[in-house]
Amino acid sequence: MNWNWDYFWESVPLLLEGLLVTLELTVLGSLLAYVLGLVFALVRRARIPVLSQVVYLFIEVVRSTPLLIQVFIVFYLLWPALGIRPSAFVTGVFALGVHYATYTAEVYRAGIEAVPKGQWEAATALSLPRARVWTGIVLPQAVPRVVPALGNYMISMFKETPLLLSIGVLDVLNRAKEQGAETFQVIEPYTLAGILFLLISYPSSILVRKLERRVGQL
Amino acid sequence: MIRFEGVVKKFGDHVVLRELDFTVQPGEFVTLIGPSGSGKTTILRLLMTLEQVNAGRIYVGGECLSHVEKSGKWAPASEKHQRRMRKRIGMVFQQFNLFPNMKVLQNITEAPIRALGLSREEAEQRGRELLDMVGLGEKADAHPSQLSGGQQQRVAIARALAMRPEVLLLDEVTSALDPELVAGVLRVLKEIASTTDITFLCVTHEMQFARDVSDRVMMFDQGQVVEDAHPEKLFTDPDHQRTREFLKAVLDRG
Repeated sequence: MNWNWDYFWESVPLLLEGLLVTLELTVLGSLLAYVLGLVFALVRRARIPVLSQVVYLFIEVVRSTPLLIQVFIVFYLLWPALGIRPSAFVTGVFALGVHYATYTAEVYRAGIEAVPKGQWEAATALSLPRARVWTGIVLPQAVPRVVPALGNYMISMFKETPLLLSIGVLDVLNRAKEQGAETFQVIEPYTLAGILFLLISYPSSILVRKLERRVGQL
Repeated sequence: MIRFEGVVKKFGDHVVLRELDFTVQPGEFVTLIGPSGSGKTTILRLLMTLEQVNAGRIYVGGECLSHVEKSGKWAPASEKHQRRMRKRIGMVFQQFNLFPNMKVLQNITEAPIRALGLSREEAEQRGRELLDMVGLGEKADAHPSQLSGGQQQRVAIARALAMRPEVLLLDEVTSALDPELVAGVLRVLKEIASTTDITFLCVTHEMQFARDVSDRVMMFDQGQVVEDAHPEKLFTDPDHQRTREFLKAVLDRG
């Protein structure tokens, strides 16, 4: 093996650029997953005829199929069918967000179910309007408890962004591959990409674990 | 004020209330006693509309709570009807059920603002008066988790009173408390019972309290009223064997 330190350091600027794209994808994708997941959880719980079943089925299908295939379906089937042409980046955010929303929906569901029945009964006894029971009592108790789980999904998403290479999003790993393809030397940029992932993921998971401990005391 | 007419309540195959009839007059303090599983708490939960009857009807203040009459036929009441009726009724729970994400004062002002449409100032003034009344004027800005069980239950009483209910349901309100905290809660309830014209329906195992404060005590067993009498009569000279056995068991334990 021929390890070239100069080449390693030369790769840094390009890969940092890619890392920025990866972080943007992760943050925007997570925001979508957090909002949409909550909507899924509420719709499922509301038992709205047809709609709740459709959401349930959608969640099952998305969770049972690989993200890569979903990315292809969105990019090559859904967008043309809708007659629009969003960029690969937007497609990435959308696919990641929807995919992870099916997981965060489950997280919210568990959080909502953990709110004691007595809280609902007290709210009923006090004649609080339904919407206020959700916004004032149930969600403020359910959401803080699930923040660590939501954080874990953000870390998973971060590590899954490289598969967006398939539609041409130039995130950190794909920059590494691009770099390697030019010089026929891949080991340095790939190692660097791995180190960059580690530098973000590891401190993040420590942070999540700290949050978990704090939530445990709620 | 409250009238049960042939009320039946089942959970699956288990019949909790069998064709139960009783009435409570306005301003009366009525205590329900009896062995656990005799359906006392179910009566309160039916009145609070946390459960629905399987048969029979419940009236509150002359109006039917459980059903609505449509062209001569009785149909189960809609959520909208029950929502309107519910405002006349308050409930204090065994487990307090304060909202842990709200400070003490907000626990009390939340419903008057959101359900009765009071202004924040009005609701807070009412809330502070009630907190003073239950002896917790200093705790307005505390979080429920910072209070003892007895203090939490007194806040829960203030919270129920803030809705100015005509009927107040007390569901074993001292059962979850450490023994030394029971007296403070009962003192507050006695005070409220003697100074307001609220109608009380109370489920309790505190026999001395029941004797002191009740206008009437109803002994329940197996979903039926076994005996219905003035507390002095019921506690000293009950007519029924079942009542005597129950009182003996409870008093021996105490």
